[in-house]
Amino acid sequence: MSTTVVKPKKVKAESITGSEAVIKSLLNEGVDTIFGYPGGAIMPIYDALYGYEDKLTHVLTRHEQGAVHAAQGFSRASGKTGVCFATSGPGATNLITGIADAHIDSTPLVCITGQVPSGLLGTAAFQEIDIIGISMPVTKWNFQVTRAEEIPEAIAKAFYIARSGRPGPVLVDITKDAQFAELEYEYKECKGIRSYKPTPEIDPVKIEEAAALINAAQKPFILAGHGILLAKAEKEMLELVEKAEIPVASTLLGLSAFPDSHPMYTGMLGMHGNYAPNILTNQCDVLIAIGMRFDDRVTGDLNSYAKQAKVIHIEIDPSEIDKNVKADIPVLGHAREVLNELLPLIKKNEHQEWLGEFARLREIEEEKIIKSDTIPTEGEIKMGEVVNLVSEKTKGEAIIVSDVGQHQMMSARYYKFNEPDSHITSGGLGTMGFALPASFGAQMASDRQVVAVAGDGGIQMTIQELGTIVQYNVPVKIIILNNNFLGMVRQWQQLFFERRYASTELVNPNFTEIARGYGLAAQRIETREELGGAIDEMLAHPGPYFLEVNVEKEENIFPMIPSGSSVEDIRLE
Amino acid sequence: MEEKEIFTISALTENRSGMLNAISIIFTRRKMNIEAINVSETEVEGVSRFTIVVKETFSRTEQVVKQIDKLVDVLGAFLYREDEVYYQEIAMFKMDTKAFLDNNTIEGMVRNNGARILVIEKDHIIIEKTGHRKEIRELRDQLEPYGLLEYVRSGRIAISKSKRKTHVFLKELEKTNYFEKENKYQ
Repeated sequence: MSTTVVKPKKVKAESITGSEAVIKSLLNEGVDTIFGYPGGAIMPIYDALYGYEDKLTHVLTRHEQGAVHAAQGFSRASGKTGVCFATSGPGATNLITGIADAHIDSTPLVCITGQVPSGLLGTAAFQEIDIIGISMPVTKWNFQVTRAEEIPEAIAKAFYIARSGRPGPVLVDITKDAQFAELEYEYKECKGIRSYKPTPEIDPVKIEEAAALINAAQKPFILAGHGILLAKAEKEMLELVEKAEIPVASTLLGLSAFPDSHPMYTGMLGMHGNYAPNILTNQCDVLIAIGMRFDDRVTGDLNSYAKQAKVIHIEIDPSEIDKNVKADIPVLGHAREVLNELLPLIKKNEHQEWLGEFARLREIEEEKIIKSDTIPTEGEIKMGEVVNLVSEKTKGEAIIVSDVGQHQMMSARYYKFNEPDSHITSGGLGTMGFALPASFGAQMASDRQVVAVAGDGGIQMTIQELGTIVQYNVPVKIIILNNNFLGMVRQWQQLFFERRYASTELVNPNFTEIARGYGLAAQRIETREELGGAIDEMLAHPGPYFLEVNVEKEENIFPMIPSGSSVEDIRLE
Repeated sequence: MEEKEIFTISALTENRSGMLNAISIIFTRRKMNIEAINVSETEVEGVSRFTIVVKETFSRTEQVVKQIDKLVDVLGAFLYREDEVYYQEIAMFKMDTKAFLDNNTIEGMVRNNGARILVIEKDHIIIEKTGHRKEIRELRDQLEPYGLLEYVRSGRIAISKSKRKTHVFLKELEKTNYFEKENKYQ
């Protein structure tokens, strides 16, 4: 097994408080940035932080949800483990949405919460909440520390668990008395846990079977998921695609794992994905799913999903095998390692005719949807044309952080990603309010330009984080696509609920005045003529910038697979 | 539609607070009911065994077992059909001592059902029966007319018929050296 005992690096023992042990443990793990919000039960830890300001940047957000989303953005942009702090009670519960989001989107986080003194546990003390119980279904692991000497080992384990195997969030809850108490500090990096096998061993028989199937395939098709990015297997996948000439499509979370400009890239899968990859899912003969979990938004009706195909499922998490789609050949393992084993067995191949089918369907989508979405000549500004222009002006090199809704699908569809880890969004949980805090977290982790794209609904769920962006002068660019509607819900109401627009129209504030009130440079535009110049101005601005674009009020996102329909029933209108 | 069957799930876990919750919420999430649950120590120090009985379809149960196995503090989770395990439950019956003394038949029932008398006190006696649920049910039905004061039945404990699985698994575990390090946690 991969869990071998390695002699840990020993750090000389010294007597310090639990709080200082928390900070030192984080430094031992290479942490340089923490997102958080103080309060009574975590005050000793904040006090310990005071002496380490030269080594650790603490970012004070305006709400704990902002802290956890920022930590997610930080992690997704850098591949590092995001860290956040919150106090007990409401501080801890405010983290839950972000922790759940990180759990379903496999993002490594270490969340540290303060807790009431251990003697008060279970008594409904002030700001006491059972955060261990509450966070259990949405964390990969959690642990309550009640004694100072448990701190170094708990934190070492937390980081190891968060980042190994299929990554995820962990929570360490530390009682206030454990923060005050002293311990002999000694840090040992965690190298393995006997009950935990993060990465399954690769079965060479499955590799051979998968290679044989791929080599014999007439119409092979690759579905690239988030696992490619998490495993840093982009190069290996590219090699597989080019060697065997296999068309590849991406899940929402897998976007940017494969360059948009590549001739074998066929687009995004799923409900609002591209026409060709959805339809041809039901015509391929071998479906090669890599690091993806056949989410219902990807598959539509499972009873009519890829029934004709042999399915090869390359996946690190055994509980994903056969969960939604039965795998003919499950290949357990780390995506990069699996691809490295597989590649020597793959024969050079050609599938020009099959690729031609994708191209033919792509033409239909171009004519019916993409052209009018991205280069309209009349009417109000369209969401797709804003994203398309941002894509052109940033040469596909920016990191796009989107919120949830129509603008999210437009960002996913029309930004032409050229580099990995360039698309950060709340995929599994669909958390409105994600983009703004995640974008400044991402910007703090990356030298690349981060552009947040949000709707007028989502931005108002975490708009107070504009304060954080200004306080830390994070040069993130924020674009609000404002249609004064909860657009995605409105689209469903129009298509499936007879245009009964129940509670989807918003009376919005003056967003640019709010942004300026916080101290951001801001602009609002309403016409197509202003758009290019406004984006240029935004991108040229040295600090954070807020651009509000008034877009068409009742625009719909197509193509669309109606909920519960088959991928082949994707609608163009 | 897939038929529901009785399955026994056996999970070996670290003996850690919160394990019961961590495992049970996996069932709660799918609105699956646990028919019986038993937690006990194993032959390996610091390792607990959860024995869980469910009446469910194979595919749903298999998913649940995979998700239990995925928990960081679970060493291994195994799924068994009825013919793959030996299993027993234990029941205790409290009866009026007078009823027992007045009716010779009760002692016969105890003997014929492979039960035994655990305690005889002035005002009550306790009968203990180990067996399958059906057998316990039969004894209960027989005792009931004579004034059953109280009755309690345990969850199932089960042990696999195959020699592989948990046996080999635990032997392998014993060879690893994580014990010393990990036990600090309990």
